[in-house]
Amino acid sequence: MIEIISSVFLIVGAFFSLTGAVGIFKFPDFFTRVHAASVTDSISTILIIFGLILRTDFDLVAVKLLFILIFMLLTSPTASHALAKSARHGGLLTLAETRSDKKVGDD
Amino acid sequence: MAEIIDLVLLGMLAITAFNIIFIKDLFTVVMLFGIYSFLSALIFVNLDAVDVAFTEAAVGAGISTVLMLGTLALTGRKEKASSHKTILPLLVVCVTGAALIYGTLDMPLFGDPDNPAHQHVAPRYIEDSPQEIGIPNMVTSVLASYRAFDTLGETAVVFAAAIGVLSLLGLPKRDRATIQSGLKSHLVLRVVAKMIIPLIVLFALYVQFHGDYGPGGGFQAGVIAAAALILYALVFGLPMATHVVPPRVLKALAALGVLIYAGTGVVSLFLSANFLDYSVLAEDPVAGQHIGIIAIELGVGITVFAAMLCIFYAFAGQTERKNIQ
Repeated sequence: MIEIISSVFLIVGAFFSLTGAVGIFKFPDFFTRVHAASVTDSISTILIIFGLILRTDFDLVAVKLLFILIFMLLTSPTASHALAKSARHGGLLTLAETRSDKKVGDD
Repeated sequence: MAEIIDLVLLGMLAITAFNIIFIKDLFTVVMLFGIYSFLSALIFVNLDAVDVAFTEAAVGAGISTVLMLGTLALTGRKEKASSHKTILPLLVVCVTGAALIYGTLDMPLFGDPDNPAHQHVAPRYIEDSPQEIGIPNMVTSVLASYRAFDTLGETAVVFAAAIGVLSLLGLPKRDRATIQSGLKSHLVLRVVAKMIIPLIVLFALYVQFHGDYGPGGGFQAGVIAAAALILYALVFGLPMATHVVPPRVLKALAALGVLIYAGTGVVSLFLSANFLDYSVLAEDPVAGQHIGIIAIELGVGITVFAAMLCIFYAFAGQTERKNIQ
């Protein structure tokens, strides 16, 4: 039973990972691509690591996986945030702003 | 199944390598080098060589990417077009490559159980190291005890690399730079870095002292600890980092690590054994081996940490000087 639940977690996690990869290729500009990569990364990390924890004997390995999860949840969104913010500071416009040719204010 | 994974990984490795050759944007090339290292780490994991994979991920993908980015900040990100004739070098490379491939034809097949390495050296280590050295991670017992002299050479190479960079670039002075650097506007980054840096240092210590029992050891631990301080320097600025770990101390630490390593060997010499034979360090030979391995791993860790941080300081100090001017 636990095996099946874990498989579902893993497969859904892998699916979200794949959508992130597709998004990076298909989305039109930088910010939407960062969005695709980061959001799907977070959810697929949670799902895959939970799926893996269900397959352990709930011993030290499970605790280590939890540590990895916490670390990933701290660092991965931070990296995406820093990336997007740096692009914004560098003067990159979003797609909507480029289309309406609006000047971007300093945030 | 393992073959399919290996084939996919090797294919991606080849694609990455070709991209590295042809792409002219050096920033992309550095990132591809990071990907290349991660892919080779995955291949090593697939080959059950966890220690090597750990080192490759920490050194190849982690610290060398940062150091190359530091170099790019000095040199600019475009590759210069070369004006050389490329026919002769290509010919030399082709001939050398063909000679090397011809040479491999005489080597035993990959994974052949009749290989000379699997005939006497490997069985000797696998059968005798639990009694002789007595630590669970056999890789560490080979690296730190049976092959301790090789590892001493590697540590000396790291030390020499740091000396080379320092003699070319020089270290930044401790309190000279008063310019505001670091990422002042990235509040999220600063908060998260503050949370994570102690954890990274703690993990480095775990890797350092857990190397006898699992994958890890001085090389990885030193690199991880250096990565923590490099993160600190990137987020809070180089002056803050040089305030926490002064360059003067780093120079001493880099030498101290090699001294601890070679000193352990000299101590065993004085106790009437071979150089770096730890069995005489305690009453019980196995306990002596434990003491020796912990001592030399500590030496390796200190030297690698100090050398990596020295190299980073040297590059970052140059960049800072360039920004001031």
